Parts: sequence; C-alpha cells; structure tokens
Amino acid sequence: MAKDNQVLEEITSKEYEHGWTVNLEADEAPKGLNEDIVRFISAKKNEPEWLLEWRLKAFRHWQKMEEPKWPNVHYPAINYQDIIYYSAPKKKKELTDLNEVDPELIKTFEKLGISLTEQKRLTGVAVDAVIDSVSVATTFKDKLAELGIVFCSFSEAVKEHPELIKKYLGSVVPMNDNYFAALNSAVFSDGSFCYIPKGVRCPMELSTYFRINAANTGQFERTLIVADEGSYVSYLEGCTAPMRDENQLHAAVVELYAMKDAEIKYSTVQNWYPGDKEGKGGIYNFVTKRGLCFGDHSKISWTQVETGSAITWKYPSCVLKGDYSMGEFYSVAVTNNYQQADTGTKMIHIGKNTKSRIVSKGISAGKSQNSYRGQVHVMKRATNARNFSQCDSLLMGDQCGAHTFPYIDVENQTARIEHEATTSKIGEDQIFYCLQRGIDEEAAVALIVNGYAKEVLNQLPMEFAVEAQKLLALTLEGSVG
Amino acid sequence: MGNTAVDIDLNKEIVSSFSGQDFSGAIDSRELALMHFQKLGLPTNKSEEYRFTPIGKNLSKNFTWKTVSTESTIGSIEPFLMEGVEASVVVLVNGIYSSKLSHIKHDKNEITVMSLTDAFKTHEAIVAQYFGKNLPTESDSFVAMNSAFWQSGVFIHVKENTNVEKPVLILHVNDAQNAQVNSQTRLLAIVEKNSSLSVIEKFESVGDNYVFHNFCEEIAVKENARLEYCKVQNDAGKSIQVANTVIHQSATSKVDTFTLTLDGEMVRNNLTIVIDGENCESHFHGLYLLKGNTLADNHTVVDHKKPNSFSNELYKGIMDGNAKGVFNGKIFVRPHAQKTNAFQSNRNILLSDSATVNTKPQLEIWADDVKCSHGCTSGQLDEEALFYLRSRGIPADTAKAMLLYAFALDVLAPVKNESLKTYLDKLISDRLHKNF
Repeated sequence: MAKDNQVLEEITSKEYEHGWTVNLEADEAPKGLNEDIVRFISAKKNEPEWLLEWRLKAFRHWQKMEEPKWPNVHYPAINYQDIIYYSAPKKKKELTDLNEVDPELIKTFEKLGISLTEQKRLTGVAVDAVIDSVSVATTFKDKLAELGIVFCSFSEAVKEHPELIKKYLGSVVPMNDNYFAALNSAVFSDGSFCYIPKGVRCPMELSTYFRINAANTGQFERTLIVADEGSYVSYLEGCTAPMRDENQLHAAVVELYAMKDAEIKYSTVQNWYPGDKEGKGGIYNFVTKRGLCFGDHSKISWTQVETGSAITWKYPSCVLKGDYSMGEFYSVAVTNNYQQADTGTKMIHIGKNTKSRIVSKGISAGKSQNSYRGQVHVMKRATNARNFSQCDSLLMGDQCGAHTFPYIDVENQTARIEHEATTSKIGEDQIFYCLQRGIDEEAAVALIVNGYAKEVLNQLPMEFAVEAQKLLALTLEGSVG
Repeated sequence: MGNTAVDIDLNKEIVSSFSGQDFSGAIDSRELALMHFQKLGLPTNKSEEYRFTPIGKNLSKNFTWKTVSTESTIGSIEPFLMEGVEASVVVLVNGIYSSKLSHIKHDKNEITVMSLTDAFKTHEAIVAQYFGKNLPTESDSFVAMNSAFWQSGVFIHVKENTNVEKPVLILHVNDAQNAQVNSQTRLLAIVEKNSSLSVIEKFESVGDNYVFHNFCEEIAVKENARLEYCKVQNDAGKSIQVANTVIHQSATSKVDTFTLTLDGEMVRNNLTIVIDGENCESHFHGLYLLKGNTLADNHTVVDHKKPNSFSNELYKGIMDGNAKGVFNGKIFVRPHAQKTNAFQSNRNILLSDSATVNTKPQLEIWADDVKCSHGCTSGQLDEEALFYLRSRGIPADTAKAMLLYAFALDVLAPVKNESLKTYLDKLISDRLHKNF
C-alpha cells in the first residue's frame, strides 16, 4: 500500500511534463496591482468574459476596503504594489543527488519518516519512474470519471464546466466578503475544483499528492468543492514536509458547498516556512475558508494541523443553513519562536436542529503568540441548536502567550451551548514520570503533546495522522529545557 | 475605541449641558479628561467594547442634553432602604451628596465617610494619592466624561488595623418625576493595611423621564485588607446606567464582589480587578435577572500582575421577554505572574424566543505556569426536572421558579453579611416567583 502510494506520488508530481498544465511559458506580470493586471491575469488564462468581469468587480470592492486590524497579530505593513501577481510556474533546478540538498532539510525529512524516494521528489531530485506514469495516472483519473466526479484545476474547470463554476463561485465566500478574499477573487492564480455528483461516495481521499496541477499554484489559490445530494468526499490539503516558498503573502480562498445529505471532510496540514529563530522571514498565511451546509442533514468537517507560517490568520467556518445539518472543527495550532497564529472558527446556526462541535488545541512555545478566536451564533430560527466547544491552550516557556476570544451569541431559547477553555502548562510531574522511566525530556514533551492533541489528530486520515504526530514533535524541538 | 467619526455637535451639546455647575476639586484632571472625551465621543456599535450595547445610540436618541437639573422632591429615603440590614447610609440624590438624608453611624476614629468634594479640602494628601489613578480615562468615553464632569461623590477611608463591621450603604436615588436626570458621581474608597470594609451600593430611580447615571469607582485594598462589595441595580424602566469600577488589590488582600442587576433600560458595568500583589484572592459573582426590554451588560476584567494569586468569577443570567444579556469576561495573566489560578464561568438561561445572550469569555495569558479556565453555557430549563416537580403536584409556574431559584442561588456565596444575604435572597426569590 505504502509503496503504491509512493509510486503514485512520484508520478503525479511530475505531471506537467506530460502537458497537463496550460501555458507553461515562464512569463511574469509587472509588479503592482491595477485593473490592467487583473485583465492580464484573466487573458493569460484565456478566461471567459464573465469571469473577468467578476474579477474586476472584486478588485473594485477591494480598493474600497481596508486591511483588517482586529486580529491579534503584528506585522509590518504589506505593500500590495510591490507584489508580482502573476508568474507562470518556474522550473526548479534539477538535482542529481540527495547530497546536493540542504542537509538541514534532509534531517527534517528523516525525522518525519519520509521515504528516500519521496525525499527526492520533494527536493526536486530526478528519479526514475518505475511504472509507466501515464497509465497509472490515467487509471486514477478514469476511476473518478467513471463515477462522474469532476476533479481538476480551477482553470480547467472554467473551460470544461463553466456552468458549475458560474453557479458556485463566490456562493459561499462572496467576492467582497473580506479584504483578503476580495484580493484573492481579483487575482487568484489557480486552484482546484471538485464536484461529486448525486449519491456518489468518492472512493479515495482526494489530496494534493494526487492533485492535478498542484505545483506552484501560487500565492492566491482558490478551492471550490461542491458535494451534490447524498454524496461524500474527503479532501486533503497541504503536506507535512516543510515548504519553502518565495511568496511571503498567501491569501487563499476555500469554498465548500454541501447539498442535502452530503458530507465533506476537509483536512489541512500546513507547514510553510515559519521564519528563522529570530523571527525573520516566513509566510503570511491569510486564508478565508468557509463551508455552507446548504441542504438538510448535510455535514461539513474541518480538521487542521497548523505548524508553519510566520503569521496564520484563518477561520474555517460552517454556515449551517439546512435543518439537521452539522459542522465540525478540529484544530491543532502550534507556534514556536516568533510565530503568531490567530485562528479558530465560526459556526452559524440558521437551520433547525443544527449541531456543531469545536475542538481547538493551541500550543505556544518560544516567543510566539497563539490565539483562538471563534464565534458560535444561533439565529432566531435555529430551534434546538446544539454546540459544544472546547479550546485548550498549552504554554511552554514564560515568554509566549495564549489568548482565547470566543463569541457566543444566542437568539433562540431552545439552544444549548457549551463552551470550555483551559490554559495550562505541561505538568512537571508528567515529565518527571517519563524521565523516571528513561524517556528523555524531548521525547516526553512529544509524547505529552501528542496525547494532548490526540482528539484532533484522530480526525486526520491515517497516513496524515502519523506524519502529523512527528511534525508536532519536530516543531517543538528545543522548546523545553 | 475605534470611533471613526466623532459627532462634534453632540459633543458640544454634552459639554455645554454641564456648564454653570460648580466643579470644585481636581481642576487639572477635569481638563485633561475633557480633552480625552472630546477625542473619544460617545461609543458607537463599531467599537468592540460596546458592540452589543448601543448606549451611545440610546443616549443620542432619548436623552436631551439640557442643562442639568438637580432638584428633587424626595423627602424620605425610607422606601429605598434594605430591610433588616443595619448600615451607615450615604445618600446621593440626582448625583448630589445629601448630608441631610445621609446617616453615618460609624465611629469617626475608625472610618471616614464623607462627600468627595469635601474630602478634596480636608483629606487633600490621601485623595491626591489615589484619585483617578487606575481608571481608563484615555480609552473609555464614559470614564472621560465622568472625570471631566463629576458633580459629587463619596469618600471612604478605613484606618489601618480596623475591622469595620457594619456595612456602608451608598444609596443613589434619581428623581426623574419632573425632568430628565443626568448624574455623574464617583466613589473613592481606601481600605488600609489589615483592615476590612463592606460596601453596598443600591440604585433607585423614580419617575418616567430618562435617567442617565454615569458612575466611576476607585477602590484600593491595601496589604492584608479585606473588601466586600455588593451592588444592587433595581432602577425603574427608563434608566441608562454606566458604572466603571476599578478595584486595586495589594498583597495578601481579599476581595468579594457581588453584582445583582434586576431592572433598568440599559445597564453597563465595567468591573476591573487589578491584582497587584502576591497571594491575593478575589471572588466576583454576578446575577442578572432580566425581563421586558432591559439590556444588561457586564464587562469584567481580572488583571493578574503578580504571581501566586487566585481569582474566581461566576456570572449567571436569566433572560425573559425582549431582554438582552451581554457578558464579557477578560482574564489577563501578565508575564511573570506565575502560579496564577484564574477561573471564570458564565451561565445563561433564555426563557423566551426574543431574549438574546451575547457572551465572550476571553483569556489572555503570557505566563506558562498557570491554571486558567473559562466556561460558558446557554440553555433552558431541564424538561425532566420540570416534569418531576409537576408530577408531584407543584404548579408549572412554581416549579419553574423553583428551578430558576436553584440555578441562581450559588452566586450569593461571596456575600458574608447574614442580614444582607437574607435580603438579597428574598429579593431574588420574590422576583423569580412573581415576575417571570
């Protein structure tokens, strides 16, 4: 099984060699942002007129908006005119041997338990293809197509399924939803689109490993997943391996749309470059993620493991519109050194008998600041709404901070809302217990942290969960003692 | 506060409504506060701290900023007293200290209770040391307004090593029978080392006109001292009240507070407890029983600045009719405030479909060796418990009141004075049996 996966990964990672990607000419837009740039991006991607109009409309909204100042994060002002908004994917320098790769990176891979072949793939070392790449990938694509599942890059979907894109684009996150969503709507580079037809249960986890056109979708990514009546899909985003990226600002948008009886499970593992130990550099991850439980009995579940990025600002939310619909949010956010995270969720109960569950585990170490910010809103019509929230914070070291900002707004008397939060440190007695049994301090911390985050990690698909556990330990390395 | 546009005309109107009054004492601090107020203006719903409580809007709509009238026809305070509670009574009518109605029973060698305006003359040194030191004058418009225009107030000073047994009851009576009332009052209380004090505040208003009561309190609890503080807000229908209370605790001091909100159109309590010494203990409880169109907003802050202290907060609310309950509880644990234990709980029951609750418990922690938690719930009465009582022949209304009473009762724990406890217990029980 594992071997098969590796093979698949190898192959799909090389996909654009086989010409699946549109327009590979390496050209860039000039720096800055104005209507011409938006037109340039749209033209480059051969987009239809209506999409260009949509982008322009978003751009005009964005111009009138102000960058939000309320998150509990601090960073120097971003110069939006100093960013290149379109650049075609650049080819990486091909290396011939792992010895040429940064030894630090190799050490990290070893700790994560990533196989040698995969290491090569991730660092861009050329590998021999074992099986005929095209056939495997085609089998995989055929299998999905057979079930009627559409899974392709966003640009491809605009061409092949314009009616779906037109209908659902911006239906969950409107183009003028917030500053970064508007920016994304104006200049989004590419992303993925997924449509699961009525009654279909997607047979595999759709992940970036398998994703078509995954490489370098750029800093303004857009994901749209539509699950039709009675369907099910589990989608994985991200990767445990550290991702180094030249783009400092990432403003992605993810929209999930679940119809009657449909279920979407969305898992994220994010480990982008967090900056060095002095807090220099690192990615700003400003993401808008929202799911709409449109139909009755629909369900959306978010799971996230956030360990990277200098600044994380994201609130995967659920709008529970359908009666009996259900939203879930499981999160582990780890910050170390000078990282800052302001993350959480929103559960908007609109339909009757809607349920939501929030489990958030924050871990802060070093000089980092970790905030949970969430809202549970029960609207007037939402009879018998039920919510359970648990937000725990773990502090390591006396220079970090943990903050909780939960908003609970109830407008219906039948709602039952529970919210709990705790803040504590790793118990000295727990560490002592481990030390006594010959487990060194670092391993003890990893053990305790994993136990603490278990409830969330359990929600991850199998392969991810194992790597995520190691990732937690790795991120916190050297933070105790 | 994030106000983008300050209404200059309204500001002028407010400022001019206070003209012609005698503002003796603290002239410099008044000028500075006026400057802050003009910059801040009244809060809008855009400001995070007043998001759910449109006090600024309500005042602009209902309150005419006419020149303040302090006349009152109230001759007796008998109906406003607390039955069975033996205490020194200090009365402020329409924001003005009334020495005629006040009745101080305490020994003058142990405790000083007097008008704050007088204290500026007779106790200058001590007033200067404590006055205006801990209030957020630069950031809160109501504190700024009060600091600029306070008309009168109460000064309490307890000498070292003194145990003051009888409580001091501060009675705020606002008489809006003939005209709108604008009361801007203050309290400055100092409990010196190894002493103890119990303060009760009661707010009453009569008449059908709007009352705006803006109240600032500063209480310093010195080393090893004890404070019991109880506030009863039972104003008539058209009262808008803002209270800013800051309690400053020194090492090994202990503070118990209890806030009961029963009536008024809009009530906003900002209670801040600054723990500025080691080994302190503070319990602060609150209960809001709301009906009609009442909005009660409790914003509390516990600021743990020093290590080894304990704080425990419990606020409960029952909302009926169109009532709105707002709760915001902040716990700050500053760097180096290690071994802090801070707990907070907010529990709510909604009894009608148009009642709402907005609660935001907030933890901000910068020290690692701490134990902090908060919890909050919103729900309704347990159907099974109701059924159990009804099946034993108890009428539905009584059964409901019994369950609500059981839910509400434990917030009375910090009240140690037996007669006060009995009084409050009866007040709550009556309310639950008659009004809901």
